[in-house]
Amino acid sequence: MSNILEVKDLNMQYKTSEGFVKAIQDVSFDIPEKASFGLVGESGCGKTSVAMSLLQLQSDNAEITSGSIVFDGTDIVQLSEQDLRKVRWFGISIVFQGAMNAWNPVIKIGEQIREAIREHYPENSKDQNTEIILDLFNLVGLDQTVIERYPHELSGGMKQRAVIALALSCQPKLIIADEPTTALDVVIQDQILKEIRKIQNKLGLSLLYISHDIAVIAEMTDLMAVMYAGRIVEIGKTTDLFSNPKHTYTKMLLESTPSITGDRKTLKSLEGEPPSLIDFQEACSFSSRCPSPTKECKDGSISMKLIELEDGHKVDQCCYRCLNE
Amino acid sequence: MNKNIIEIENLKTYFESSSGLFNRNKIITKAVDGISFDLEFGKSLGIVGQSGCGKTTTARTITMLEEKTSGDIRYFNESTNEMISLDGLDEGEIKNFRRNVQMIFQDPYEAMNPRWMIKDTILEPLSIHNIGTEEDRDIAVYEMLKTVGLTPPENYLNRYPHELSGGQRQRVAIARALVMKPKFIICDEPTSMLDVSIRISIMDLMINLAKDLDVSYLYITHDLAVARYMCERIAVMYNGKIVEIAETEELLKNPIHPYTKRLISSIPVPDPKYVRKVYEVTQKDLEQIYSLDENDTLFDTGNNHYVATHKVEGLI
Repeated sequence: MSNILEVKDLNMQYKTSEGFVKAIQDVSFDIPEKASFGLVGESGCGKTSVAMSLLQLQSDNAEITSGSIVFDGTDIVQLSEQDLRKVRWFGISIVFQGAMNAWNPVIKIGEQIREAIREHYPENSKDQNTEIILDLFNLVGLDQTVIERYPHELSGGMKQRAVIALALSCQPKLIIADEPTTALDVVIQDQILKEIRKIQNKLGLSLLYISHDIAVIAEMTDLMAVMYAGRIVEIGKTTDLFSNPKHTYTKMLLESTPSITGDRKTLKSLEGEPPSLIDFQEACSFSSRCPSPTKECKDGSISMKLIELEDGHKVDQCCYRCLNE
Repeated sequence: MNKNIIEIENLKTYFESSSGLFNRNKIITKAVDGISFDLEFGKSLGIVGQSGCGKTTTARTITMLEEKTSGDIRYFNESTNEMISLDGLDEGEIKNFRRNVQMIFQDPYEAMNPRWMIKDTILEPLSIHNIGTEEDRDIAVYEMLKTVGLTPPENYLNRYPHELSGGQRQRVAIARALVMKPKFIICDEPTSMLDVSIRISIMDLMINLAKDLDVSYLYITHDLAVARYMCERIAVMYNGKIVEIAETEELLKNPIHPYTKRLISSIPVPDPKYVRKVYEVTQKDLEQIYSLDENDTLFDTGNNHYVATHKVEGLI
């Protein structure tokens, strides 16, 4: 199976008045065709920065210092703005967190989707576009009448379905879903997740699913990566990471998630906060929160680097060393 | 001694709005439509349900932030040792009630004055209720910061809300609620804005404080997994009514109402190998519930487990 997306040694920083914030550090991952890949981590770990850099939508003070993002054979870091427009929507499209609130309140839903299609397929007739939109609504489980509705007439779940229809409107190969259900309640969330899975299978799409909720990641993805302080600290098959987590942070994330299945157990909390990303540090970035750091973890004698254990399961070498001692 | 701190009976809160030319069309929204429950001393009750089911309105009505349409709210009055209704309380008694009932909101940042220092935020309820001397109050604020784990307190007293992280801010909100030494706290999604890693520490803090200070929580959330961790009993709300209420583990293991089954089966499970099957509500299952009892009341199934038999709409 070939890869639709290959991110290699990506580094990105934001320029701020206090210095450079190294939001993404040496991030590498591949997404095979038709696979779903999950990115999990707490707020500020760089999940959304990764998503933005994949579409080259990062803010003006952001700068990719090194690395490549190869999508379908082309490195999009090198592309001109004009060529990028072809990658966005046609190649990669994104469903943002709270995207349902991004609709223009005074334009009908159908018209807003039509606008995107018109931009990318200028030769289509109006009737053709209407047909495309109705097909999309059918796909995401929306009523045909929604085309003539204004955003305020729809519920949160319906608006989010319409956003997914919009994201699918130009037949992309990869969809990035950045916390698409965090603003919705569980019943609606469940319906949307089911819809995304169904569409993914039907259209053979690849999916990058970003969330802080590992329960959703468990259900939605085949492969996953855990991010901490701008770095991937563990990556591999979702089943492997859940059944056999190697990094202390992954273990702690799993132990701090309440569940309704199994026995009620005491959960473990993770004290402290992630380090500032402004000052560069040699030492393991997790050492400040690790429950049992060694001298070597803190003094920087071991740099952060992923090492492969088996079958694509990789973990940061600092934690791996502690495990084997 | 009475074992309940609060008793709610057939509580209704309706909102009226109007539309059309000259507001001819009156629309009545039944946000809370006849709910009843008791809350025991030192126990926690979770209210779960989807957005718009009336959870928050219930909380606001109990704290008298919203006016009830009908029904009765009774609370345990320590001085007279009996349950008294909130109806017809004089001003002094209302103040006493408010002192014993506190609230913790979803977004701690929005619930605090951004121009006030942390010490002023926690001090305010003490000043309003005129408790102790100035010195006593300062000591109380200091001790409370220690209790909620913001140590050393000197580092936090003179800071502003924006200088704190989300988790620290929620600790301040908890400190402000607890400084009045209430017996009853209503928590409206206090951890849903927090990161997973911090969420557990806040929940553990609340559980421990409940034990140490003998506080009861009414815990409002849409997340059953969180409610399971926090509460001994759970009430499931749908369209302004309680559809099922039982001990937490009993409710999760033997849900009876189709809506509860639906809700439980919608929650993602943090285990990629677990095959979750979503329960689809059928007319047959609903009919079965309706036939349990002709009266529009909660049906007692034994095990301290009650299910509603009224007709529900919009589930299929």
